[in-house]
Amino acid sequence: MDVDSSHRRMAVYLRDHQDKVVGRWSELVVTGLRGRSSPAEMRRELEDLYSLVIRTMSGADEQAASELRAALAELSRSRARNGFTPTETALAVFALKDAVYELVSDTAELLPEYLTFSRMMDDLGLHTFETYAVAREQIIADQAEAMLELSTPVIRLWEGVIAVPLVGTLDSARTQLVMEKLLETLVATGADHAVLDITGVPTVDTEVAQHLLKTVSAARLLGAECIVSGIRPQVAQTIVSLGIEFGDNATKATLADALAYALTRTGQRIEKAGPA
Amino acid sequence: MERVPILKIGTTLFVSIQIDLQDESVVQLQEDLADELVATGARGVIIDITAVEIVDSFIGRMLAMIGSISRLFDAETVLVGMRPAVAITLTELGLSLRGVRTALNAEKGLELLNGSA
Repeated sequence: MDVDSSHRRMAVYLRDHQDKVVGRWSELVVTGLRGRSSPAEMRRELEDLYSLVIRTMSGADEQAASELRAALAELSRSRARNGFTPTETALAVFALKDAVYELVSDTAELLPEYLTFSRMMDDLGLHTFETYAVAREQIIADQAEAMLELSTPVIRLWEGVIAVPLVGTLDSARTQLVMEKLLETLVATGADHAVLDITGVPTVDTEVAQHLLKTVSAARLLGAECIVSGIRPQVAQTIVSLGIEFGDNATKATLADALAYALTRTGQRIEKAGPA
Repeated sequence: MERVPILKIGTTLFVSIQIDLQDESVVQLQEDLADELVATGARGVIIDITAVEIVDSFIGRMLAMIGSISRLFDAETVLVGMRPAVAITLTELGLSLRGVRTALNAEKGLELLNGSA
């Protein structure tokens, strides 16, 4: 018995029992999703898939197989985006197997056909899963990129003084981005002092310190002085015990100290206004 | 090989690099600059690299060396107009050019020299 003819027989069987199978299928899926999707909506979605499965198995329509895969890919992508778990996503396919099995097991004569059908559904299930994983990875990559963009503002503090408040963990990719943005802003604004504020950096280890030093010396190459500020007491202790040297680069406790220092260096002074 | 011209303005030598730097041009520049420093007794050198887009470790090292040579003639070197990408490259190469002073542009470089004189 060849696979094609058994697929065709299965297609006929599925068409004859459409109402029953789809009913049971959507029931299984809706239970699996624990009420996160309305039964009517789910049934519509599954009916479309069901007719595609029948068209694929009857073998008459060459487009059907790729259409079915595309529909499943779209389904798993939207599931991934809406925060469904992998199991809940794969359930959409595997529940059809269960629904059909419940019917076939009564008659017992369609078992060989059921086996080929089951193999096809396994393939489709894997396909669903793969698309789901790809979609999730895409989401993670997008979020990481969005975070990078969010986390590196360059602020103009005063004439000739710019600041970069660093928040969160510093890794190579972020340091690179911070460095590029800082240097570009230095050139664009003609500022000759830059403050790197690390108040929001939770831990400073040798790697982070090296990243900071790199940024400082790149800024120096452009002809600007870089001041590191926002060093908290614990961070200062770590820096000293790790033996990290900031050399002749100025470091200040707070952003305000750094600004005051930069202003002094550029020969500016802030004074209290007299009584109004 | 293209040569980089050296202009004398007052007591300052002004070098503006406007070509794609080849190794030989930099070596030639270093020699020319040393000759010129002796001949003119200049007290400062400004090297403008605004137009330089690509550097390698050799050129980075030669720039540092020009600084050291000038100091032997009691002249201060200021490197001006470095592009961000070039600065990042030099830092990644571990060349921080400690012996050379830097400024954002030629104007600030001149101020720096005049201020220190």
